[in-house]
Amino acid sequence: MARFTVFVHVMPREGVLDPPGEATRSALQALGFPGVVAVRIGRRIALELEAASQEEALERARAMAQRLLANPVIESFEVGAAP
Amino acid sequence: MRAARVGVITFPGTNCDRDVLHAINHAAGPEAALEAVPVWYEERDLSGIDAVVIPGGFSYGDYLRSGAIAALAPVMQAVRARAAEGMPVLGICNGFQILLEAGLLPGAMRRNRSLRFICRPVTVRVERVDTPFTLLYRRGEVLVLPIAHYEGNYFAWPEELEAIERRGQVALRYCGPGGEDAREQPRFNPNGAAGAIAGLTNPEGNVLGLMPHPERASEALLGSQDGVRIWLSLGRWLAERRGREPVAAARGDGRGG
Repeated sequence: MARFTVFVHVMPREGVLDPPGEATRSALQALGFPGVVAVRIGRRIALELEAASQEEALERARAMAQRLLANPVIESFEVGAAP
Repeated sequence: MRAARVGVITFPGTNCDRDVLHAINHAAGPEAALEAVPVWYEERDLSGIDAVVIPGGFSYGDYLRSGAIAALAPVMQAVRARAAEGMPVLGICNGFQILLEAGLLPGAMRRNRSLRFICRPVTVRVERVDTPFTLLYRRGEVLVLPIAHYEGNYFAWPEELEAIERRGQVALRYCGPGGEDAREQPRFNPNGAAGAIAGLTNPEGNVLGLMPHPERASEALLGSQDGVRIWLSLGRWLAERRGREPVAAARGDGRGG
């Protein structure tokens, strides 16, 4: 067994209004940054996993995201290994 | 016949459990013929319990998402099983969020459109009067009930929302003081909820989620008594059902042994 760091990125799904993202977009606009069409805010969850391989660690992180870490009604997710 | 027993669930971080116990046992009083009892979140056995209330608060600190971790607590397995058998289940505020996360009701909650915690009385219109919790209201009646939440901006995808309306799953809808539909006049929609939904039932009608707090509007002292009929309705519904099905009621009592 080895230890792997796996990230789960959870984002509001396209088409779901994200009030914090929208508030941030208008704040960026107010600061004078041009061309900010949309902002969406998600979260990154870092998991330290004991696993036989990186593939296994990623697979387990995916299962965790489906079961708990993301709400599939309004959120999508991606998993990735630490660089 | 003993009073019907209502289990009021406490998770770590629940803070409206005592208010609900008080509203049922004291504000609604003997007329409701209900006995509210506390139920701890680790409980796995709900025998002898005739209905469940999941009160508001900040279960598990609202970590990850509101209600997400509470939805996995041991007591929710039992709630899910009994709800499938038709037991009345009411989730208030954080309790509504827990029912959504547990998949007992469709959709999800987003942060309020205003990104502000909203704590004030609102007007809602009664849309369903055939549920265990609303049968003593009149359809179209306008109620004044307080809300207190940061995440009450209900969301369902358009297809789901259409199905919710088609099946008549909207129990309470935000409205103006004269009953004006908040879908047409968004200024009466406090949080941006899709369909101006304040209260949602499952298709069977026995599971109800409410963003407003009826337990905070069950006594004249608190400014509104519009919420008290939630408890009186439940008492009536359980009494009628227990009268009709004495065998089923007795079985509930004996199962613990």
